[in-house]
Amino acid sequence: MSDYIEGIMDTECEVIDPVEVKEEMIVRYPTKVARKRAKQIVLNRIGEEGEVPPIQANVRTIPGIITQRGCCYAGCKGVVLGPTRDIVNITHGPIGCGFYSWLTRRNQTDADASPDGHNFMPYCFSTDMQEGEIIFGGEKKLKQAIQEAYDIFKPKAIAVFSTCPVGLIGDDVHSTAREMKKKLGINVFGFSCEGYKGVSQSAGHHIANNGIFTHVVGTDDTVGAGEYRMNLLGEYNIGGDAFEIERIFEKCGMTLVSTFSGNSSIDGFANSHTADLNLIMCHRSINYVAEMMEKKFGIPWLKINFIGAEATAKSLRKIAAYYGDQKLMDRVEAVIEEEMLPVKAAQREVRPRTAGKRAMLFVGGSRAHHYQELFSEMGMETVSAGYEFGHRDDYEGRKVLPSIKIDADSRNIEELEIHPDPERYRPRKRPEEIEKLKAAGLGVADYEGMMPEMKEGVMIIDDISQYETDKLIEIYKPDIFCAGIKEKYAVQKHGIPLKQLHSYDYGGPYAGFAGAVNFYKEIDRMVNSKIWGYIRAPWKEHPELSGSYAFES
Amino acid sequence: MRKIAIYGKGGIGKSTTTQNTVAGLAEMGRNVMVVGCDPKADSTRLLLGGLSQNTVLDTLRSEGEDVELEDIRKGGFGGVVCVESGGPEPGVGCAGRGIITSINMLEQLGAYAESEQLDYVFYDVLGDVVCGGFAMPIREGKAQEIYIVVSGEMMAMYAANNICKGIVKFAESGGVRLGGLICNSRNVDNEADMILHLAERLGTQMIHFVPRDNMVQRAEINRKTVIEYDPKHGQAGEYRKLAKKIEENGMHVIPKPMEIEELETLMIDYGMIAA
Repeated sequence: MSDYIEGIMDTECEVIDPVEVKEEMIVRYPTKVARKRAKQIVLNRIGEEGEVPPIQANVRTIPGIITQRGCCYAGCKGVVLGPTRDIVNITHGPIGCGFYSWLTRRNQTDADASPDGHNFMPYCFSTDMQEGEIIFGGEKKLKQAIQEAYDIFKPKAIAVFSTCPVGLIGDDVHSTAREMKKKLGINVFGFSCEGYKGVSQSAGHHIANNGIFTHVVGTDDTVGAGEYRMNLLGEYNIGGDAFEIERIFEKCGMTLVSTFSGNSSIDGFANSHTADLNLIMCHRSINYVAEMMEKKFGIPWLKINFIGAEATAKSLRKIAAYYGDQKLMDRVEAVIEEEMLPVKAAQREVRPRTAGKRAMLFVGGSRAHHYQELFSEMGMETVSAGYEFGHRDDYEGRKVLPSIKIDADSRNIEELEIHPDPERYRPRKRPEEIEKLKAAGLGVADYEGMMPEMKEGVMIIDDISQYETDKLIEIYKPDIFCAGIKEKYAVQKHGIPLKQLHSYDYGGPYAGFAGAVNFYKEIDRMVNSKIWGYIRAPWKEHPELSGSYAFES
Repeated sequence: MRKIAIYGKGGIGKSTTTQNTVAGLAEMGRNVMVVGCDPKADSTRLLLGGLSQNTVLDTLRSEGEDVELEDIRKGGFGGVVCVESGGPEPGVGCAGRGIITSINMLEQLGAYAESEQLDYVFYDVLGDVVCGGFAMPIREGKAQEIYIVVSGEMMAMYAANNICKGIVKFAESGGVRLGGLICNSRNVDNEADMILHLAERLGTQMIHFVPRDNMVQRAEINRKTVIEYDPKHGQAGEYRKLAKKIEENGMHVIPKPMEIEELETLMIDYGMIAA
């Protein structure tokens, strides 16, 4: 089977020369734009030592280019803190920011999991800032909103998220939060995550990490029961992913202290520092918390990936190897063996229809990497990929961290200085144990990035534009394109299905073993339905208007 | 109706000069409305005999949408219609946005309508053109004529030059023009010559030189314009002259702001002559 796929790929690659494709993509750009984009469009090469070429990432989007990116507020409130069920998340700003960041990622939560039954996710909280607040300041209304939320819901915590106008008029959300915290006796904290900050939503992730670490993590020292106590970081329970991962952990006898932040509770964050291991799913959005917890509390972290059945098995083995406990290792193997049976059966069923098909992934800061595992399990090839808001370390691996140039945009986002906690710092592994694990190939506190795991010659494109997307589809004619809602309809007009990997459209879970089976079926359905290809826009046959680009005349 | 905005460095005497000049126009029988564009809401104090006015923004806040023109206008000396835009306390909110909102509100309410039979609207604007809000009166044709209050002090001239840059920016889109510089004397050496020269370099005129006189302060303490407080005093005559010159002014130009080096050279040259 695999030789057959290789064969197809080789013929295709002979037809399409990626060097020419890159040239074709940027030739219409003005000189300066072309120069910048050329650094963000890279042909993958794997050197002898596994090194990959540098790619420019986490830089400003060029004005006028249609980008996939979101804003700082979206990253902070929408992505990182939105999925927590029992914090009242108040958006301080005009109503649209709050409304359009409300559950659009289809984050799920188990409301019955908290003993107090608190679940505020079905509510959208906003100060609904009006012209009057813009002119006279919005702090009073914010205080009223916090008070009102407290009076109605009696939550354990209230978080305040700043939108653009809050930054412009200078409302001090932090002092307001402090004042209300003192008055109400519950945890109230604010985030200066104004949408205009940074170059993408990535800035918001960092601000969210800083805030949750400063105000919540380590505020409850109760050590809960359970063996192999871990946190799962950067898993947001889209379409129920976290439920599947939790099922697997339980089956393996592992104890999940807290997830940041899919199916999470603030209580979990508060005593997450009592865990013995941090697992990172989405490296981009949450690695800051893992690093800070390592420095302050002595908890090591591992990069894992529960997207893809093989990837899940590999991640479980990594966790077992970290604890080095034969009992756990045996149990993990037994679970993998049992879980892989239906997965293999599902693979056998879909592969005759999916093998050799080609996918493109332009999404997120980790997702474009993770889902390649699922596609390869179906015999599909990822012919091009890139992140919306990833940094160089997400592409090339953390080994490039020392060589990343910190520009003014990054400096603008606060980097917390963390020291070991005088009472609670407790290294979970001795340095020589860590070294031993590293020598055994465990990759403690490391992420190798997306590019080393991709084929030679594939195109890696950072912050892809709509124009480049169109070109790419025109030239490669992939069988499926994975991105978000903003790209969905434009891609479908090319006759190609688009799978949303921010929200999973209407599906999921896709994580773990059961999730992999769901994904195989969904992708089989999508790549083998010709529906988008059959549709021909009426204006293509009978144009009412015709025009041309300025660069063509 | 002529729409005039008065700009100038903070503390230069814009409000005092505006109100005294408006008093002069009122004496001439003109219908004038003064719109104070300063969050402190003290631009009409001398015409009203005190700070007793509901500002546009406060009214908007307390009444909601249900605002009547009569809630925010008040008649002052000589029948002058006084309006204060108002704004936030220092250090909060956005005063610039407030000015935009309040001028839009005045338009919506028909304060400028023909039925009001106004001859003049004066906008008294806070300080420098620091942001979009404070440029509001010169945007979109809201004011057509600008007068800059200036003195022979360096920072005042510097500010005048900066304001000219703002005027140039809006001259094409909004049709705003500079009517001249009003020198509000600080008794600086060689002051009149210096401002005459500055005006020439900016491509405009020094429309009037208002000498410094303690009578202005005395009238202010009594919450009155000089014209009302002591109509026979020489200083009242100066403001009448200024009012008449504005009434008859036919020179409306797009200014030519100077480079900073040029401006400094001018100040050094005139300072040297004095020394």
